[in-house]
This record gives sequence, structure tokens and C-alpha cells, in this order.
Amino acid sequence: MNQTLTTNWSGGVSPFGIGHKKLGMWLFILSDSLTFGVLLMCYGYVRVASEAWAKPFTFSPSIIFSTVMTLCLLTSSLTMVMAVTASAQGDRSKLVKWILATIAAGLAFVVLHLIEWNHLIAEGLRPFSVPAEWGATASPMFGATFFAITGLHMLHVLSGVIYLGVTAARKRATHEDVEICGLYWHFVDLVWMFVFPLIYLLSIKY
Amino acid sequence: MENVTTRTYSMVWLWLIVLTGIEVFLGYIHVPLAMLLVSVIGLSIVKAVLILAYFMHLKFERLSLILTIVPAMVICILLFLVFFPDGFRAFDLKSFR
Repeated sequence: MNQTLTTNWSGGVSPFGIGHKKLGMWLFILSDSLTFGVLLMCYGYVRVASEAWAKPFTFSPSIIFSTVMTLCLLTSSLTMVMAVTASAQGDRSKLVKWILATIAAGLAFVVLHLIEWNHLIAEGLRPFSVPAEWGATASPMFGATFFAITGLHMLHVLSGVIYLGVTAARKRATHEDVEICGLYWHFVDLVWMFVFPLIYLLSIKY
Repeated sequence: MENVTTRTYSMVWLWLIVLTGIEVFLGYIHVPLAMLLVSVIGLSIVKAVLILAYFMHLKFERLSLILTIVPAMVICILLFLVFFPDGFRAFDLKSFR
């Protein structure tokens, strides 16, 4: 036992084989996934406990719109791994270009998302009330779950865009820093992989 | 990064798009809500695994890190899915929807 502890911890060898900053990001990702997990759990509870749940999203244009948003985010993940690969090769100009592509896709996601929010708000959706034409029994909590979950996710995308910008601008950023930034970005994408089907696809208008 | 090529990443990206396409298609053909729920959650878990393993590079990390992250993620996914099975029961309980 003592032998193991000594070899793993005392000799300057990290037990996870990654740097402390990267481990920190992994721990942040775990705690953040719990934040989103709890929000989605509340959504499940409210939806099951409601007498009726609004299904306002028509396939065209609503679902097609949110599918395009999903594609933006998926593509931004691909450009992010390209950035990390460029960084591994030590090619700084390529790294900056790929990060800028990632930022562009992330911003496209946010802009599309805000256009969608704007449409829903114009229709009369509010955090605690739904438009009358969505049905008299439709739970007013639809807006609360929708705005809370997609809003928090959008905030993560926006923070990610700023984080990416700072990483690209920092000349002293190491390869590990770029990798850590990538971890965060992929996590935001990962969350959307659950938000998109649970919030949008399960509320398709029949 | 040594053992993963750009081609692998592109393939993962393509698979993620294909799986998203299947989810959207299931919504398009209006499969019953309960079946839609089970299939999109199943497909989303596959997508999450692809992102974690390849994009977040977890597959190529030391086993100790994998054994720290993966169980926590599994528990988190189970946590937020905890109320959805009640949806099936609720279909029968409700007099109107």
C-alpha cells in the first residue's frame, strides 16, 4: 500500500496522467453536467406531472431550424478538434484559423437560437404562460423549462465563444490550454445532444 | 493525438450527423411518443459516448481517469432520466391529453 502511494503520488507522477488544469476542467465538467442533469430532471418531472404538455414545434420550420442549430454545434466540435490537432503540430496560424471557425459556428448557433426565441416570445410564450392557441390545458410551465434549459445552454455557448477567443489571442497558451478549451467546447455540444431531442423532438406537433 | 487521425474525427462527426438525422426522421414520421422517447434517448446516449470517447479524447486517457469520469456521467444521465419512465404510466392514467 505504502509502496503504491509512494510511486503514484510522491514521485511527481500524476495518477490520472493529465495536468492539474485539465483535471480541473474534467471536474468542472462533472459538476456542470449535474447542473444540466438536474434541470432536465425537473423538466421530466414537470412534464410528467402536468395534465397536458404543449407540443408547439411544427416539423417545418421549427424542427428544421433547430436541426440546423444542432449541425452548427456539431460542426463547431469538428473544427475544434482540428484546432487541437493544429496545436499539437505547433502550427499557430492554423490553430487560430480553426478556432475562429469554431467561434463562427458557435455564434451562428447563438444567433439562430435568439431568432427562434424571438419568434416564440412574439407568439406569446412567457416563462409562466403559454399562448392560448397552444391549448387551454397546456401546462404554463413549458416556458419556464424551455427558457431555463436552453437559456443556460446558450449562456454556456457564449462563455465558450469568449473562452475560445481568449485562448486564440493568448500567444503563451500551451497545447494543454487549447486541449482544455476544447474539452469545455465539446461538453457544451454534448449537453445539446440531450437538450435537442428532449426539448424539441418530444414536443413535435402531431 | 498521435493515434487519432483527422479522418477518424471526420468519421465521428459524420456519424453524429447521421444519428441526429435518424432522430429528426423519427420525429418527422410521427412515431408514437413513447417510442420516440426511448429511441431518441438511446441515440443520444450513443452520440454522447462518441463525443466523450473521441472528441473529448477520453478513450485514449489513462484508465484511472476513464474510471473516474464514465461512472459519474452514467449516474448523471440516469439521474435526469429518472422521471421519464413515469410518462408511460401517465399515458394510461390521463383521461385526456
